[in-house]
Amino acid sequence: MLELSHVHKVYRVGAFGGARLRAVRDVNLTVEPGEVVSLIGESGSGKSTIGKMVLGLTGVSSGQILFEGNDVSRIRGFSAKKEYYRRVQGVFQDPFSSFNPIFKADRVFEMIRSSYFPATSDADWRQKVLDAIGTVRLDPGNVLDKYPHQLSGGQLQRLLIARALLLDIKLLVADEIISMLDASTRIDVLNLLADLKERGLGILFVTHDLSLGNYVSDRSVILRKGAIAEMGPTRAVFENPMHPYSRHLLSCVPQLHRTWTEVDEELAANPPEDVVLPTVGEDDDSAPLTEVEKGHFVGIDQH
Amino acid sequence: MTLRVNDLKVYYQTLRGDVHALDGVNFDLADGEIMGLAGESGCGKSTLGKSLIRLDGRMRHVDGTIELDGENVPIADDRAMNRFRYHEISLIPQYAMSALNPTRKIGRMINELLRSRGVRPADVAEELDRRLELVGLDPDVLKRFPIELSGGMKQRVVMVMATLLDPSLLIADEATSALDVSTQRSVVESMVEFRDRGYVKSMIFVTHDISLVYQMADTVMVMYAGRIAEKAPASTIINDPQHPYTKMLIGALPEVGTTTEDTRLEGIPGTPPGLLHPPTGCRFKDRCPIASEECSQTPPLVEIEPGHWAACWKTGR
Repeated sequence: MLELSHVHKVYRVGAFGGARLRAVRDVNLTVEPGEVVSLIGESGSGKSTIGKMVLGLTGVSSGQILFEGNDVSRIRGFSAKKEYYRRVQGVFQDPFSSFNPIFKADRVFEMIRSSYFPATSDADWRQKVLDAIGTVRLDPGNVLDKYPHQLSGGQLQRLLIARALLLDIKLLVADEIISMLDASTRIDVLNLLADLKERGLGILFVTHDLSLGNYVSDRSVILRKGAIAEMGPTRAVFENPMHPYSRHLLSCVPQLHRTWTEVDEELAANPPEDVVLPTVGEDDDSAPLTEVEKGHFVGIDQH
Repeated sequence: MTLRVNDLKVYYQTLRGDVHALDGVNFDLADGEIMGLAGESGCGKSTLGKSLIRLDGRMRHVDGTIELDGENVPIADDRAMNRFRYHEISLIPQYAMSALNPTRKIGRMINELLRSRGVRPADVAEELDRRLELVGLDPDVLKRFPIELSGGMKQRVVMVMATLLDPSLLIADEATSALDVSTQRSVVESMVEFRDRGYVKSMIFVTHDISLVYQMADTVMVMYAGRIAEKAPASTIINDPQHPYTKMLIGALPEVGTTTEDTRLEGIPGTPPGLLHPPTGCRFKDRCPIASEECSQTPPLVEIEPGHWAACWKTGR
C-alpha cells in the first residue's frame, strides 16, 4: 500500500544554507493494509522526517514514496491533496497543540465535515461521529461539547484518532503519539491502534521507545542517522537483533524485570554471533540492506 | 537518617483556591539511599522535589517539617534556605540547558556559581577536573559554550556542577527523560557511581519511568494525587507491589518482549482527581477495583513489612 523506495532527505542547514544535513538516507520500506510498522530511532535518526514526507509535509530530496501506486511527492493541486488526505492522516506527539484552545474540542469533527462531507445530513453525521468516538473507546458524554483544557491528553489524542477515522483512511501516521501520555492511559491508545489494525488500517508508528514499538507492531524498523540499521518482523528484531547498533540499543533500554547488569551478564555469557554487514564506499550515499533470514534485514554500520 | 519529611503539605495558590499538590507526605531517606519517586503527571512528585530546595512564588508551605541530617530545613523561609542550597541540597533539572547560562562559557559559569555560594573556585578546580574525567568528559568542556555540547554532555556537566560541594541530598527531577536511551543509561550509571563514591549522600530521582527507576534506585516511592501510595525496595515495588494503584500501574507497562498478540495489557480507567477540591478518603478509590466502604476514610501510610510502606486499607493486615 505504502512503499518507500530509495528515499533520501537532505536539509540545507547553516547560516546561508551552505551546509547539508542528511536526515534520511536511502530508506526502503513498505506498509501493508492491516499492518503496524514501527519506526524506532533515537533523536536525529530521521524517523519523524520519514513520517512528514509520507504526509506530504516536507518534500523528498530523491527517491519515491508510492501510496497505492501514486507518487506522493507529485500530488499537485488542492483537490488532489485533499483526496490524498482522505486516505492518509497523521496524529502527532502533542495533543494539546493540535487543538485550538479557543474552540471546543469537537470542532475538529466539524472541520472534517465542512471540508469532506458537506452533503451529509445532521443526523447521519452525528451518528458517524458517535461511531468514531465509540471506536476509540471514549464516552461521548465525557468528551463532546468540552474545551481542550477540560480533557486529558489521552482523551484528546483519541479524539484526534477518531477525527482521522471519520475519513475513510487507509494509512495512519502516528508520530510519537503516546510519548506525552501517562503510563496508565498510554496503553489504552496502544490497544486502540491494535484494534484499528485488525480493521485493516495500515499504521506507521513512529517512536523512540523500544518497548512501545515492540508491543504494538508487526514489523520494526530501527533507524540510525537516517539509514535503516535493522528491519524485520518485530519478534525477530527484538529477540534476535543482528545489527550491533540494535543490540546496543536494546541493552540500554530500562526493563521492568531485568536490570542492566543482568542484561549485560547474559550478553557476555552467550555472545551473539556476528553477521556480515553490508558496506559502502566513502562517498556512496546509498544504504544497502542484507537479508540475514527471511524478511529480516540488516543495514550498514555507521559511526 | 539523612532526610526525614513529616506530614509535608504544600499548596499552590490559584485564583480559584488552593491546589493541594502535596497533602501530608511522610517518608525517610537513609544515608546512601537512592530513592526513585514515581507517579503520573500531576501526582505531586515534582512539587515534592522542588519544595525540598525552593518554593516558588505560587507555592505555599502549609504544614509539616523537613529534617536533613538532624537539622530542621526552613523551606518556607527563602533567605534562610540559602545556607542549604547547593552546599547541602542540590538539584539537577530536567532540561540541562535551562540550568546553563547560554552566554557564558561553562568554566566561567561554574566559577560564578561557586563564588555566589561563598566558595573559592581555585579550591575545587582540581576536583572539578577529576570529576569531569570520571563522567567521561574532557576538562576542555569548561572552555566551551553550552550550545557546543550534546544533550548527554550537558546533563553530565550539570551533574558534576550540582554535586561539586558534596551535598547531602541531590534531587534529580526527570534528569534523564529528555535523553536518548543509550545516553540515558550512561548518565544514570554515572549518578549511581557518584553515590558510591560518596559525592552525594543520598538522592531522590524523580521520574515517570518506573522501569528506569528499577535500574538504579534502592527504593521506590509511588505517589498518587498528592499523597504517597507505596514505598518499598525497588525489587519489591516491581515484583510484589501491594497498593492497587502500583499494581495497576506496573501492569500497564509494556516491556520489551510483550506484544498485543500474547496479552493485552490494561490501562487504569478514569483520571486522577483534581486537587483543587480533592476527594475525601482514599484518593484512588474512584478508579480502584477493590474499593469498598472503608475507603471513604483516608488510609494511613503503614509499614506492612520492614521497609515496605503502603497507604491502603486492603494491605497490611
